[in-house]
Amino acid sequence: MNEDNYAISVRGLTKRFGSFTAVDHISFDVGRGEIFGFLGANGAGKTTAMRMLCGLSRPTAGAGTVAGCDINTQSEMIKRRIGYMSQKFSLYEGLTVTENLRLFATIYGMSDRAIREQSNRVFSLLDMDNMRDTLVKDIPVGWKQKLAFASATIHRPDIVFLDEPTGGVDPVTRRKFWELIYRVSSEGMTVFVTTHYLDEAEYCNRVSIMVDGRITALDTPEALKSEYHADTMDQVFRIVARQATRGE
Amino acid sequence: MSFKSNLRILGALLHKELMLMKRNPIIPKIIFIMPIGVMLLLPLVATMDVRNVNITVVDNDRSQLSRRLVADMDATAELKVTDIVGTHSEAVRNVENGDADVILTIPPHWSRDLSQLYVEANGVNATKGTLGAQYVSASLMTTLGKWQTAHGISMTVPAVTVKNSYNPTLNFRNFMIPALLIILLIIICGFLPALNLVSEKESGTIEAMNVTPVGRFTFVLSKLIPFWVAAIFVITVGMLTGWLVYDLWPEGSVWDIYVASILFSLVMSGLGVAIANRSATMLQAIFVMFAFIMIFQLMGGLFTPISSMPQWAQIVTYAVPPRYFNEIIRAIYLKGASMSDLWTQYVCLAGIAVLISLFAAWSYKKRA
Repeated sequence: MNEDNYAISVRGLTKRFGSFTAVDHISFDVGRGEIFGFLGANGAGKTTAMRMLCGLSRPTAGAGTVAGCDINTQSEMIKRRIGYMSQKFSLYEGLTVTENLRLFATIYGMSDRAIREQSNRVFSLLDMDNMRDTLVKDIPVGWKQKLAFASATIHRPDIVFLDEPTGGVDPVTRRKFWELIYRVSSEGMTVFVTTHYLDEAEYCNRVSIMVDGRITALDTPEALKSEYHADTMDQVFRIVARQATRGE
Repeated sequence: MSFKSNLRILGALLHKELMLMKRNPIIPKIIFIMPIGVMLLLPLVATMDVRNVNITVVDNDRSQLSRRLVADMDATAELKVTDIVGTHSEAVRNVENGDADVILTIPPHWSRDLSQLYVEANGVNATKGTLGAQYVSASLMTTLGKWQTAHGISMTVPAVTVKNSYNPTLNFRNFMIPALLIILLIIICGFLPALNLVSEKESGTIEAMNVTPVGRFTFVLSKLIPFWVAAIFVITVGMLTGWLVYDLWPEGSVWDIYVASILFSLVMSGLGVAIANRSATMLQAIFVMFAFIMIFQLMGGLFTPISSMPQWAQIVTYAVPPRYFNEIIRAIYLKGASMSDLWTQYVCLAGIAVLISLFAAWSYKKRA
C-alpha cells in the first residue's frame, strides 16, 4: 500500500471514554480528491472518529495518516493541511463576515493579498457581496452554513472535514451547498462528509456506514445498493443500521 | 511557525478580542464603571473606624472633677455620654437595651483619694467594645493629667502617648483603599479572562480555533493581553480616584505600584485561565473562582492582619498571592517604601506569576 495515494488512511482507530467504546477499531482509506460520505445513526461514533482525524481528540488506539501526517504524533501538522466545519456553527457571532474570514485566513498564514483575493472569490461564489460587513449573528442559517464552509476552505486545504454541514437547511440551499462541495472537489480537495440525508449519500464517490462504533459497510453507492438489493441509499442505510444494538 | 508569523496571528486574535469586547454590551462598561464605583462608594461604607461610642456614667462622686471628666469625654469626637445614672444596675440595663457600649463607674469620694475608676465594655461587638474602652481611658488620662498639672500635683498616672506612624489619623480609609485596588485587580484579571475563555467553550468557537494551527500560547496570550491592559487602566483610575476624592496618593513610587500590579495581574489571569481550562461551563468556572476569591480576600491580609491569624494559617498565607501584593501596595502607599525594600515580596510574586502562567499554558489542551 502506498500511503501517498491516500488523503486519509487509518488502521484500528479506537476511542474509549471510560468503559464506553465510542469508536471501535475502524480502518479505511480515502483517496485524494474523493468525496467520502461518512454515514451512521446518531451516537454511532461519526463525530468522535472525525475529531480524531482532525487532531481534536487523541486516539485511544490505532494508527494512520491524514494529509500525509501521523494522527498520533503530528496533529498540529495535520491542522495546517485540513479544514473543519463542525456540526455546531462555530464562527464568531460578534464579528462581521469579513472579520471572521480574515481571522481564520491569517491563522493559516495567508498573506494579506491572498486573503483579499480569496475573500473576493468566496463572496462572489457564495453570492454574499452585500453581507461583507454584516455581523455573523444577523445572517440567516443557510448563509451561515455557506460561510462556515468558506471559512473552512479559504486556505485551500488538502482535505476538508464537514460534520453534518446541511443540518437544518432547506432542500434548495442543500442542493446549492452540494454544488459547492463538487466545486472544491473538482479543484482537487478531498471531502470527508457526514450526513443524515441519504439522498446526499448518493452524491458521494464512496460511502461508509458506521454502526455501534464500527464500520459495517464501505463502498460506492452503486455497489452498496446492489449488495443489499436496494434501490436507494435510504434502504441500504435502514438494512445496515438495523443491526445496531446501542441506543441513542 | 516563525516568531514573526506568530506575531501576526497574535495581532489578528487581539483584533478579534478588541472587536468582540467593543461590541459586548456589558464588559467595557464594567471595566470603566467598576473601579470608579468601587473607589467612590466602598471606602465610605466599608469602614472599621469606631465612632459614636455611647457611654453611661455611674457618678457616685458628684464632684467638680467627676463632672469635668464626663464633660471632657462627651467633647471627644468618638465618645458620647448618653446617660448619667445613680446605680450600676441602671447602667447595666442601658447596656442590655443597647443604649450604652461602655460603662464608666466613678466610686464615692473618688476625687478625694483618686482611687480606682472602673471601665466596663460591652463585648458583643468586640471591636467597638475594645476601642471604646480604650478611648474612654485615653480621655480620662488626658483630663486627669491637665487637672493635676493645674493643681500642682506631681504625676501619679503614667503618661501614655500613642503615635500612629504612617497613618497618623488612623483613618481606616487609608487602609481600605489599597485593599480595594487589589480586589479590583482580582476581579478584572481573574474573573473576566476565565469567563471569556469559558464562553468560547460554550459557544463552540474554541473548537474552531483548536482545529486550526494556532499555537496555544498565542491563543492564550490573546486572551490575557486585553485584561492586562485593563488592569493598568483600572489601577490608574483607582489611584486617581483615591487621590482626587480621598486625598490619598502613594508615598512611594507610582512605577513600583505598576510593576507590582502587572505581576499580580499575571498571577490572577494565569489562575483564571487555569480554572477556565478545567471548567466546561461558566457556572463551574464562577464557583471555583469564588472559592479562590474568598480565600484571597480573607487570608491575604486585606482586611484582617495576618499576624493575628493562627500559626498554621500564617504559613498558608505564604501561598496566597494577594498577601505579597497587599504588603507591597500598603508599604508603598502608606510608608513610601521602594522596590528594593520590598524585593522579597516582588520576587515571590514574580515566582508565583511564572509558575501559574506555565501551568495555565500547559493545562490548555488543543486535543482532548
